[in-house]
Amino acid sequence: MAAQNLQSVPAELTPEEDAAGQAHFDRIIAEDSRIEPRDWMPAAYRKTLLRQISQHAHSEIIGMQPEANWITRAPSLKRKAILMAKVQDEAGHGLYLYSAAETLGQTRDKMMDDLIAGKARYSSIFNYPALSWADMGAIGWLVDGAAICNQVPLCRASYGPYGRAMVRICKEESFHQRQGFEILLELSNGTPEQKQMAQDAVNRWYAPALMMFGPPDDDSPNSKQSMAWNIKRFSNDELRSRFVGMMVEQVRVLGLTLPDDQVRFNEDTKKWEHGPLDWHEFQEVLAGRGPCNAQRLERRRAAHDDGAWVREAAAAYAAKQSAKQQKEYAA
Amino acid sequence: MIPTDSPTSQARPGTPVGVAPAGNPEMPAPAPEHHDRSAWGLWEVFVRSSRGLSHVHAGSLHAPDAAMALRNARDLYTRRNEGVSIWVVPADAIAASDPDSKGSFFESPQGKDYRHATYYTKSEGVKHL
Repeated sequence: MAAQNLQSVPAELTPEEDAAGQAHFDRIIAEDSRIEPRDWMPAAYRKTLLRQISQHAHSEIIGMQPEANWITRAPSLKRKAILMAKVQDEAGHGLYLYSAAETLGQTRDKMMDDLIAGKARYSSIFNYPALSWADMGAIGWLVDGAAICNQVPLCRASYGPYGRAMVRICKEESFHQRQGFEILLELSNGTPEQKQMAQDAVNRWYAPALMMFGPPDDDSPNSKQSMAWNIKRFSNDELRSRFVGMMVEQVRVLGLTLPDDQVRFNEDTKKWEHGPLDWHEFQEVLAGRGPCNAQRLERRRAAHDDGAWVREAAAAYAAKQSAKQQKEYAA
Repeated sequence: MIPTDSPTSQARPGTPVGVAPAGNPEMPAPAPEHHDRSAWGLWEVFVRSSRGLSHVHAGSLHAPDAAMALRNARDLYTRRNEGVSIWVVPADAIAASDPDSKGSFFESPQGKDYRHATYYTKSEGVKHL
């Protein structure tokens, strides 16, 4: 038996080995157990996961921007501290996910380069601007709320490293949603202008948040396969409907309204329904033509370039220390 | 005009790049510094959540050396008091068993129930055994 490296690098296999691998893979999926990095997996499974996990990681990294932009303008020291903790969490979530993606055989440099070059996708939601302080509330409540709805079932994703990263992320994410809810509640109970600001933010973020669950089921070609592989546990529309049901309750406590007069509970299907969404806009934003796409990528690129000297200095220092140690060892 | 959410004074004069906005000089700025350049190796992180418990694998990260790996691990995996001690190990220093050799490497426990206390029924009812 050969000792193995921890990372998964697909090797050239004979047809017999592939057949045995597929049988083992199918058995694990049928048992609803977990695939681990060194296991044989179908090339399409690897590719799907790599795309999903890296897009998810990019979303966390780009997702730092709308909120980081408000740290200097947050209304109190407490709110600044909360916002910084939240932005730091998003960075952490991105790093957990990049680590998970790396176990599939992709280097972090490649993922980073793809993001900066504009070749990689990330959640369309972060291409909308955060125009007022109330947007920090609406983002926490609606955007992080939708993310949690989406992510809790991913804790049971069939790929072990992804599921483990999601468990960690979900634990931290609930503070994000609660702080957003609290911001909106305080504004709603404030002056009429503050309440209006909160309502305006909810109005702008509602539809984009609903679209975070992805296209409708009949227009989501990859969903079926992802569900068969136990990566996805619920369909886009199912999760969206659940989310609407939760929001419709919570918005009452906030003393605000959802900008959708077609929200209703369908007694026949036992599902929450909502008004039509602008899927053309969704596709446009995904294709890079949203309000903030250029700004977000430019900022990411600048941050990467500005940080180059830090990375180089750290590597040079490490090399110097290592050389020094070797010399002492030799002497 | 294209809507934007950047603060009007995005540039902070006098603030060196890569320095955290908070007062804590130990805290690195969020994203870019953690990212791997080819010279930055992969480290596996193990965290002891409290005294008396083992270190448990928490995840991995990239760092140029052990000292930076420890600092990054602290910031990445113990932001909420999750640990009292951290180990970092270069990922390529870990040898792992081959997942495909499950049958032969991990010997079948079949027929070896006598290795478990529950095998011994005659001891039922006897105290302190």
